[in-house]
Amino acid sequence: MSETADRVKKIVVEHLGVEAEKVTEDASFIDDLGADSLDIVELVMAFEEEFGVEIPDDAAEKIATVKDAIDYIDSKQ
Amino acid sequence: MRRVVVTGLGMVSPLGGNVETSWKNIIASKSGAATIARFDASEYKCRIACEVKPVGHEYGYDASLDVDHKIQRQVDPFIVYGISAASEALRDAGLDNMSEEERLRAGCSIGSGIGGLPGIESESQVLATKGPSRVSPHFVHGRLINLISGQVSIKYGLMGPNHAVVTACSTGAHSIGDAARMIAMDDADVMLAGGAESAICPIGIAGFAQARALSTNFNDTPEKASRPYDVNRDGFVMGEGAGVVVLEEYEHAKKRGAKIYAEVIGYGLSGDAYHVTAPHPEGSGGFRSMQMALKKSGLSLEDIDYVNAHGTSTPLGDELELGAVKRLFGDNLSTMSMSSTKSAIGHLLGGAGAVESIFCILAMRDQIVPPTLNLDEPSESCKGVDLVPHVAKERKVRAVLNNSFGFGGTNASLIMKAI
Repeated sequence: MSETADRVKKIVVEHLGVEAEKVTEDASFIDDLGADSLDIVELVMAFEEEFGVEIPDDAAEKIATVKDAIDYIDSKQ
Repeated sequence: MRRVVVTGLGMVSPLGGNVETSWKNIIASKSGAATIARFDASEYKCRIACEVKPVGHEYGYDASLDVDHKIQRQVDPFIVYGISAASEALRDAGLDNMSEEERLRAGCSIGSGIGGLPGIESESQVLATKGPSRVSPHFVHGRLINLISGQVSIKYGLMGPNHAVVTACSTGAHSIGDAARMIAMDDADVMLAGGAESAICPIGIAGFAQARALSTNFNDTPEKASRPYDVNRDGFVMGEGAGVVVLEEYEHAKKRGAKIYAEVIGYGLSGDAYHVTAPHPEGSGGFRSMQMALKKSGLSLEDIDYVNAHGTSTPLGDELELGAVKRLFGDNLSTMSMSSTKSAIGHLLGGAGAVESIFCILAMRDQIVPPTLNLDEPSESCKGVDLVPHVAKERKVRAVLNNSFGFGGTNASLIMKAI
């Protein structure tokens, strides 16, 4: 597992209060991890802080799964 | 008019994370006051408070019993306390698993005096230091006062009236009184009613201290600071927590064989129309509020055995309430007892009236009245009033009166009796 993936999953566990095993790369924030649209806004903010990247709203809207987040962050670093 | 009874109790207080622990400690003359642990208050005029204690503490509260981790992160503590107290009350009433039909007739009226002050303070700092795009998307609905009622209704599927009172330190009492009326008026059969507060944060302590409302002479002996009616009192000690009761239409409760703690029989409300923080110099607002509750109750003064006073430990407020109670009770003063449980748990502001109503109900259940701590040297005007100094007192308790008065000159009185 990449370093980015580790850090992303840690943030997801902390923010959504879900068990670490559930945070697989295929997991959908809304369908599998119980997030709502505002939780995703908060997660995106946390990713921006953690990785020092900016994720504009149109890109954020396309982040549906844990893998989407990891891939976007990796593409900007 | 439909009759309204209390069938469930829930509480988070500085002396316990539930009703029975809090009550046991109140009766044992314990104090929830200490040096503020949540932030460094060493430079503040007031450095003490009655904070809700963490897990592991003798009086500890465990939010995770009833509140999801995610919600705990997103909302202010007053909402978390409110959800916990409401959950305990619903379980106590045996109503945590109602049918859809029942839930359509069940609602919430849980308010707060101030709302999410700690979160407003901390998120304002985020705005100032990191800019608008770093403000939490949960900022607004995590701080709004009606979001206890909102969260609780979502958690338990309660589709009846959804309401929240905001009347400063009278909130808890008004919430119960108003919700009782909703049931009496046939808007609902079951209401969760009460109040919560958590404003022990830098701006909260600084603000109340600047309003000259807090005790500042007992920073080195926090347990001595809340001393209603004592000559050395110098202001209130900030408390926090929540109190929620389940109110239920009497026939509805009887039909399902519910345990009935008490009946809400009198509710009085008034305005001082005098000053934003100072009570009316003759205590006339409080007097009229008690008088209205008494009239509604149909009881005589001799029926009321216990008064849980507003009694915040401020020099002016205690004296004026005492005067109003003496005028109202007249010849019946000698047979009743009055105490202020704020001496033990501090002033819960919007939660006070609800938590204190629960203590009133438990006084009837257990036939014991809680003490006024630190009443070492009662002021001159205390003569002839049993203020239950230092230790709880076993006695007959058939009906009770609870007073709550708030900034803005808002007053509420509740009368309940055993059934």
